[in-house]
Amino acid sequence: MIHTSKLTKTFTVKKEKIQAVKGVDIDVARGELVAFLGPNGAGKSTTLRMLTTLLAPTSGAARVAGVDVVADPAGVRSRIGYIGQGNGGGHSYRVIDELIMQGRFYGMNTTDARERADQLLKSLELQDLKKRTIIKLSGGQRRRMDVALGLMHSPTLLFLDEPSTGMDPQNRANLWEHIMRMRHEHGTTIVLTTHYLEEADTMSERVIVIDHGEIIADNTAARLKADLAGDLLAVEVSAAAAPEVRGLLGRAAAAGELEETAYDGVIRFRLRLPDGARLAPGLLRDMNDAGAPALRLELKPPTLDDVFLELTGRSLREGGKV
Amino acid sequence: MQLQQATAAGTAVRKPGIGRILQDTKYVFWREMLLVIRDPFSLIFSLVQPLVFLALFGPLLGAAVGVEAFGGESSLQWFLPGVVVMIALFGTSMTGSNLQYELMTGSYERILATPLSRSSLLIGRALKEWAPLVLQGLVIALASIPFGFVFYPLHVLFGLVVIGVFGIGLGALSYALALVTQGKEWVFWGVQQTLLFPLMILSGIMLPIEAGPRWMQVLSLFNPLTYMVNAERELFAGGLGWDTLWGVVAAVITAVVGLAVGVRVIKHSSL
Repeated sequence: MIHTSKLTKTFTVKKEKIQAVKGVDIDVARGELVAFLGPNGAGKSTTLRMLTTLLAPTSGAARVAGVDVVADPAGVRSRIGYIGQGNGGGHSYRVIDELIMQGRFYGMNTTDARERADQLLKSLELQDLKKRTIIKLSGGQRRRMDVALGLMHSPTLLFLDEPSTGMDPQNRANLWEHIMRMRHEHGTTIVLTTHYLEEADTMSERVIVIDHGEIIADNTAARLKADLAGDLLAVEVSAAAAPEVRGLLGRAAAAGELEETAYDGVIRFRLRLPDGARLAPGLLRDMNDAGAPALRLELKPPTLDDVFLELTGRSLREGGKV
Repeated sequence: MQLQQATAAGTAVRKPGIGRILQDTKYVFWREMLLVIRDPFSLIFSLVQPLVFLALFGPLLGAAVGVEAFGGESSLQWFLPGVVVMIALFGTSMTGSNLQYELMTGSYERILATPLSRSSLLIGRALKEWAPLVLQGLVIALASIPFGFVFYPLHVLFGLVVIGVFGIGLGALSYALALVTQGKEWVFWGVQQTLLFPLMILSGIMLPIEAGPRWMQVLSLFNPLTYMVNAERELFAGGLGWDTLWGVVAAVITAVVGLAVGVRVIKHSSL
């Protein structure tokens, strides 16, 4: 569905050249759900804008839905759907008018467009707001309207740029429910950008981590976490048992770091343990056998933030502000 | 991979070409017109304004310059076509301001992501600013008949078409200006206003340029609007000659230049 080679975008800002995207190679197969994850300014949106022909690449090539983005941008646009960061509906327009016009823009006739609009309004729970002016919709309703606009022509490949930014958790869940349902019903290929870790983690099957205009990791969220981060294990033992446990955990942690804090006669060890959930029971058994039982144990599965931290040495949560 | 399958049901990948641009223009124009249709009040105001202007400025002009300046005709016959050009000038040069609104939300970007051809975005929007002029022109023409204005319907209609072609060019330039000044809306207004008034005065819309000093007359020759005003005056007086021809040439050149600049700016602007 998507194939890029050495896709590059350079902006010139005040005579200074800024490489926003540095030669990325991306392949997305039909039916995949892929998230571009990275901090603000990493080049996710710029990449997406090149794939949707809103920006011309500086160099490199991209084929989207079988069409070259440089040679035939209009051909690409007629085959894809795009839901941008902003609200797509014109403020002074009525919901139904904008939807029908959108269908017309894609070459649908009025009857088909009206039928499709009604169907989308119903499934996105907007049917009562058909004649409402867009400026009078709530934030969540407007975002659902954006989704409806993006789906009017039933694209087989849909791009979403930061789909849930600024939405409350309930609306976000609601939005995802609609996107997922559409995907199950029509097998739509979906490419989205996000800086919400949880979103990339739970919703997408494949995560492409982008930082400073480059792809630094590309795999399923589960694989990335298992390979790059491992579970976070915290064990508390009595001060007397500490030396024994230090040895045991030190061997388990291998190359990783073993952190140690003490309070109220209790020693707390923390370490990153690849495949920790499987290794933890054995560790506990060894500790028991050594006469150094655990008082308390915590096992936290890794997050994509841990992956990002491992890859870049920075946390994604504060990444935007650095 | 089969391309046809990539296209969704109910939509067709259309071939580029003139037919496509015309069809797209129709859609863009129609979307813009929906705003007027859903809120027709704005049209009523736009009809009242030129009437007020004509009623208040017309008599002053006749008194100040004297009837001889207009070759013995009613000063309305001379002044009314100027008002029509002025409405077109103000209307189509505002094309970009309506776009600014859509630039700030995401709706312009959403439309850019559709297969609509770029020139149709420019033409459709400019035509929307021109469309009310057809009604406005007819209303002020009819309203002026009791005051000595002679109405030549076919000539007037042709005059409106010529000014429409000019308006497409000016609208496209205004559109490009809005894109270039994006994020600095006041710059748009500064440039638009700064250019508008010299263009208007140097075209002889308000007062005959022949009455001005030589340097103004020379400058006016480089103003496309001058040729528009002269053409409209000839047409509104029931004539069809060289002034009209030069007006058509000026309108076509403005349209071609405007669209070329506009399409270029759309393709190179990053949002």
